[in-house]
Amino acid sequence: MSCLRLCGISAIWFALHSTAVQGETAAFNLQAPATSLARLEYDLHSMLLWVTGLIFLLVSGVMLFAIVRHRKSRAYRARTFHENTTVEIIWTVIPLLILLAIAWPATRAVLSQKSTHGEDMTIRITGYQWKWRYDYLDDNFGFVSHLSTPRTATAAGAARPEHYLLEVDEPLVLPTGRKVRLLLTANDVIHSWWVPQLGVKQDAIPGFLRDAWFMVDKPGIYRGQCSELCGKDHGFMPIVVDARSPEDYARWRDARLKQAAAAADDPARVWTLAALRQRGETVYGQNCLPCHQASGKGIPGNFPALDGSPVVNGDKAAHLHIVFYGSQRNPAMQAWGKQLSDTDIAAVITYERNAWGNHSGQVIQPAEIHALRGSSG
Amino acid sequence: MDLAGNTAHGMVPAHKPQGLARWLFATNHKDIGSMYLWFAFCMFLVGGVLALCIRAELFSPGLQFFQPELFNQLTTLHGLIMVFGAIMPAFTGLANWMLPLMIGAPDMAFARMNNWSFWLLPPAMTLLLLSFIVPGGAAAAGWTLYAPLSVQLGMGMDLTIFAIHILGISSIMGAINIVVTIINLRAPGMRMMNMPMFAWASLITAYLIIAVMPVLAGAVTMVLTDRHFGSHFFNAAGGGDPILYQHVFWFFGHPEVYIMALPAFGIVSQVIPTFARKPLFGYSSMVYATSSIGVLSFMVWAHHMFVTGMPATAQLFFMYATMLIAVPTGVKVFNWIATMWQGSMSFETPMLFAIGFILLFTIGGLSGVTLSVAAVDVQLHGSYYVVAHFHYVLVAGALFSLFSAVYYWFPKMTGRMYVERLGQLHFWWSLLWFNVTFFPMHFLGLAGMPRRIPDYALQFTDFNRIASIGAFMFGLGQLIFLLNILYSLRHGKAAPQQPWEGANTLEWQIPTPAPYHSFNPPPQLETAENGVVLSMREGGQG
Repeated sequence: MSCLRLCGISAIWFALHSTAVQGETAAFNLQAPATSLARLEYDLHSMLLWVTGLIFLLVSGVMLFAIVRHRKSRAYRARTFHENTTVEIIWTVIPLLILLAIAWPATRAVLSQKSTHGEDMTIRITGYQWKWRYDYLDDNFGFVSHLSTPRTATAAGAARPEHYLLEVDEPLVLPTGRKVRLLLTANDVIHSWWVPQLGVKQDAIPGFLRDAWFMVDKPGIYRGQCSELCGKDHGFMPIVVDARSPEDYARWRDARLKQAAAAADDPARVWTLAALRQRGETVYGQNCLPCHQASGKGIPGNFPALDGSPVVNGDKAAHLHIVFYGSQRNPAMQAWGKQLSDTDIAAVITYERNAWGNHSGQVIQPAEIHALRGSSG
Repeated sequence: MDLAGNTAHGMVPAHKPQGLARWLFATNHKDIGSMYLWFAFCMFLVGGVLALCIRAELFSPGLQFFQPELFNQLTTLHGLIMVFGAIMPAFTGLANWMLPLMIGAPDMAFARMNNWSFWLLPPAMTLLLLSFIVPGGAAAAGWTLYAPLSVQLGMGMDLTIFAIHILGISSIMGAINIVVTIINLRAPGMRMMNMPMFAWASLITAYLIIAVMPVLAGAVTMVLTDRHFGSHFFNAAGGGDPILYQHVFWFFGHPEVYIMALPAFGIVSQVIPTFARKPLFGYSSMVYATSSIGVLSFMVWAHHMFVTGMPATAQLFFMYATMLIAVPTGVKVFNWIATMWQGSMSFETPMLFAIGFILLFTIGGLSGVTLSVAAVDVQLHGSYYVVAHFHYVLVAGALFSLFSAVYYWFPKMTGRMYVERLGQLHFWWSLLWFNVTFFPMHFLGLAGMPRRIPDYALQFTDFNRIASIGAFMFGLGQLIFLLNILYSLRHGKAAPQQPWEGANTLEWQIPTPAPYHSFNPPPQLETAENGVVLSMREGGQG
């Protein structure tokens, strides 16, 4: 019987739910909570699972009983009743009471999710097609976090790393035991920042700021993904949070600040073709490759080819312009002037003009981008 | 032409136009109903093939068959085609076929508009399917077409917008026809509070369609002007708001859910009493419950937007309102079970699908209660849990009820019986593989797999495999249905006027197959609740 089978499935679900949950990979239930919010959501969901599960068993049990007993093949004579006010009132009021009982803890959970005040530190998260930028507003530094699984690993039959599609080059490093307030926005379309174990999912909306909060219990790596369809590589912009003890975090932050100061590029430096081309290849891989492809051939109909393109092989002013300001015609081509440093833009343009079948031999120096930035105010 | 009145109950012998003209210029509600149903079934197959493409890609991690941009087009068109091409036209087709027969009307109120509302569908669907081959491909923003992503896309999006405009016009005209037919063309004695539940459900659904299809048209028109005419409805830099799109879309979108669910409730409320040989329990509370679901459906839209960053008060309002819908929905389920209780049930295919509907729709409803709790929705929104939830409501809900209806009324429509054993096989096959496909998606969502991704992390592999196998088997099983229909149309056993012992609504009081023109003039009826006919006399010259 269908009912039996479904009851069986539900029973398995319950059994697995109560036993197999606490591991790192909980295949049948929410991931193990690592913040107070996530625990709140976890417990609320467990409660709902029991309530709805019992209701289902009760409803299907009564129906199953009728199906077995009240059938023509057993020569059961049909009665003719077709209303009963008392019964109807009872089965309207009881669900109402159950809902009221659910509403109370549900309301408290919503209010605690929404109390973002009293934070110890603030991170601004910006969603881009298709990567995340994290800015540590208290310390004035930030970086972009890209998927680090190589594109070749997506091919059919390729070897896939353990954290396939859930690994990044630069994780968001945070201290445990501190209330972190997130300010979320986006550059292009709506993205959504979701880390299940932290109990946070919040849309990042272009042109608006939204906030959320969490406080991580213990050090660990917590992984998540964008959960709002944001175009082609929606499935390829993971989130990794690396939670460390406050001391480890402080060490990391100091090192990071020093590194940032040392790595700051001198915009006046004059680069050689080879050095700039090498750096440009990295910048291209992180930013341009999803659309224009490693081959520079683009995706016909969607994203133009750069290999042999008249813009890339023609007058460099036009090339600079489209990279710096983006394309009016195709909004997927963003205004990279707002996102990349002068040196990175110079490097990637130099790379594009000297990669694949393009052999212009031209070098674009950071100073030229700097001048463009000056002229655009 | 004075054939009317000569035969009993206005059953006029067939003198129908022949050849292509019969279909192209059709004004007969039965012909138009048949075209709707065949069209919906074709679109069901097309949408199903798209679904199988999705499941094939998701069978393993990695990108095997489709690149991400094409994958997004597949999910988008699967949704749009199933909603607007399969489910909605199928219900309109059934309403066309059965409503006049169930309430004693000679035809639909506006017979020529009826023709137009059907014939708008093929061009609209052609636009949608053509969009696959234009530069940039079809729309790839999900069936919800959220801005600003939908503002970015290529011309496939423009074709989609026009298709939606045309589909909306078609739905609105169909809905007006249903409202006017029910209000004005009931036979004498068919009181509103005695109408079959299917008529009530169609009436309330029609009002929902008239109310919200223009809202959808407005939303996609704003996308169109943002794309081409320099407006900034959804662009913050120009003073707009991307979230405005979601509010407008879901003000359409949530009632749309009930547009696909209420007619299913109506069908089940006809089928269960017939095969339980017992009157529908709580008829008037069914009418009130259906109406209140219709009204409440306008007040819950923002539960689709719990993670956009609404203020706590708004979250709480929409959470409470959504939870409230469980009450009238529960009343309906309890009423169906009370109808079965102490009945004398037999389990022909329509009854099996109706019981399967109740069981699985209840699961979908209960996971809906879980989703309505905003704090939990934070984990589940945009995950595979949502995909599981709405397929329990739309496949096991709307689609199963449609199968139930087609098997139930097939004898009356065609004059032949379907093959019962094939029907039963179709049911058990569908029930099994439906659950194999969609139940594991609950686990995927809980474990953290977002929806609408072409490739996934390794820990999601097992359940995706199971779901993909289930989907292919489920798809295969629908060929049993097609085979049964095609075979039975020609070789099925001749059906009696009254194939089901317990059926006592008006459509079973006329010959089988239903004559080309019926109830002209309308009969004089004495009726009881849920369309039960107590007596029928020949009507005067209508």
